[in-house]
Amino acid sequence: MIKTIVSTELPVGERLLVRKNVISGGTGGKRICIVSGTHGDELEGQMVCYELVKALKEHLEYLDGEVDVYPALNPLGIDTIQRGIPNFDLDMNRIFPGSPGGSMAEQVAYSVMEDLKGADVVIDVHSSNLYLRETPQVRINVLTEQQLVPLARYLHVPFIWVHDAATVLEATLAYSLNSTGTPCLVVEMGVGQRINDRMCTALVRGIFSLMRYLDMWLDGAESDLSDDPIVCKGDRVSFLNAETSGVFLTELKCGTVVRQGQRIGAIVDPLRGSVLSLVASPVDGFLFTIRAYPIVYEGSLMARIYNFENKEANASVANIKEEHI
Amino acid sequence: MRREILFEMKSPYRDDFRIDGFWFGQGQPTMAIVGAMRGDEVQQQFICSQMVSQLRLFEQRGELASDLSVLVIPSCNPFSMNVSRRFWAMDGTDINRMFPGYERGETTQRIAAALFSQLQHFTYGVQMASFYMPGEFVPHIRMFHTGYEDVQVARLFGLPFVTLREPLPFDTALLNYNWQVWGTKAFSLYAGLTSRVDSTNSQMAIDSILRFLKRIGVIKRRVQNAGYDSVCFHEEELVSISAPRAGFYVLLIGAGAHVAPGDVLARILDPYDGSVLSEIVSPVRGTVFFAHSNPLVLQNTLIYRIQSFDD
Repeated sequence: MIKTIVSTELPVGERLLVRKNVISGGTGGKRICIVSGTHGDELEGQMVCYELVKALKEHLEYLDGEVDVYPALNPLGIDTIQRGIPNFDLDMNRIFPGSPGGSMAEQVAYSVMEDLKGADVVIDVHSSNLYLRETPQVRINVLTEQQLVPLARYLHVPFIWVHDAATVLEATLAYSLNSTGTPCLVVEMGVGQRINDRMCTALVRGIFSLMRYLDMWLDGAESDLSDDPIVCKGDRVSFLNAETSGVFLTELKCGTVVRQGQRIGAIVDPLRGSVLSLVASPVDGFLFTIRAYPIVYEGSLMARIYNFENKEANASVANIKEEHI
Repeated sequence: MRREILFEMKSPYRDDFRIDGFWFGQGQPTMAIVGAMRGDEVQQQFICSQMVSQLRLFEQRGELASDLSVLVIPSCNPFSMNVSRRFWAMDGTDINRMFPGYERGETTQRIAAALFSQLQHFTYGVQMASFYMPGEFVPHIRMFHTGYEDVQVARLFGLPFVTLREPLPFDTALLNYNWQVWGTKAFSLYAGLTSRVDSTNSQMAIDSILRFLKRIGVIKRRVQNAGYDSVCFHEEELVSISAPRAGFYVLLIGAGAHVAPGDVLARILDPYDGSVLSEIVSPVRGTVFFAHSNPLVLQNTLIYRIQSFDD
């Protein structure tokens, strides 16, 4: 059943609509929510929502509980191919929990929060932006590590990044939900403005695995924990930022192992035909982020590498599959 | 006056990116004045350019203190202004949400770090700020309530209002929040408009900064134009009015006006047949502090903030 959770007048004969699909089955009282489209340039969630709803409808007899699917929290952003909300300065994922008396965007954020509160799990599906390509990963604030890492293991992602707490991130949807007792997992994958169908299909399989664990998907299969993701703490990540402005060229894909000193790419000057700087890995590790948009300024992020410090990490990399690259 | 390049960076396809600073006087870093951080902050840069002009004149006449120094940075972001973008054109990030910066981080984090290393040792700092929603303000000084704010010093600008605001999580990366926490008496000056220069509000802002510089001992000459005995209040006291409907927006009463209960402030018209969908009426007696000024309005947009009188 399609429900409208936000309906606001736009100036000329149109309404801003934020909608969800509520799919129910059985007699169970559990609820899982899949949200996406907070940033209008992140599209992987669109395929995830489509595949999930399609699969649910095909086998409603297995469902015991409620699945709420919100493909587009920022529909105007998606429609105008922009990350933020048109005519509004602030990133939508920096204004939660919103305010019923605030700006239009803050009121939308408030309505979304109120609608999601109380769910057993919320999965907030993000892509990367236009600039970076990401290995499918779940990002978890260190404050909620104990509660969320066990849930994230069901999602069939190869990488779980437990990052440090930062005050500015307290205004995200995930932080706001987790701080009010509603568990929220943030998934990042792919690149902005594109859809990687293999990554999306893998995540949908993971969502069903999590639903089995929650006793919401009774298809007789075991909940699948066969993949053993890398669980990475924030201080084990090397950030490679551009030392010079230019054009970053690389042949590497993310989701691969790199060795200390291995060439990641080069920053070149197309006018003079010269190499401005070579980019090499500072560590043995797992390359989980690689730049997708080639133009760089000094400081632009080119890659992130999880720094191996033990053999277990190497073993986990053996689980990386083609669908994650 | 000494002109100095505070930060410089190569661009792949454009001229070098530079932030220019203008130093006046010698000795104790006393006052820093920061202009456009975003590409549409034209009024903010105009005010700073006029400050450079004034201070240069005063310095030539020997009318500045010899043991105090002032730094004016008219633009922290000429690249965005030159291509009519509000934020950093390459990646859409906002330099003013990157403080205190990180010199090994992303581009705008590096710019913020370079700026902050120049700015953090000043006794006083003022940033020409702009609001995240379109509209017009009564010129005022705004400060975060961090425990480090100094309202009495803010009154030295002599603007009509000084406001305090509780910082939200996303405010903690602003220049002014960090400036204050690192020990500078920091203020945001809202000069009415952003993307246009208006002579009344910009002159009011210039006069207020000159007044402040006189009162802290930087300027030794008499400063023209009397100031206000500022009204200080917490922003939570402002009465907010949201648009009940969307459509054409006809502003009748703008920022700075005194209003009474029942006064019609604006009308919202049907975009097709011109009929009046809503009349915006003041619920209180007070001063219009903020007024939405776009010709179109979305439903639920914050259109007025009124500072109500104590009666």
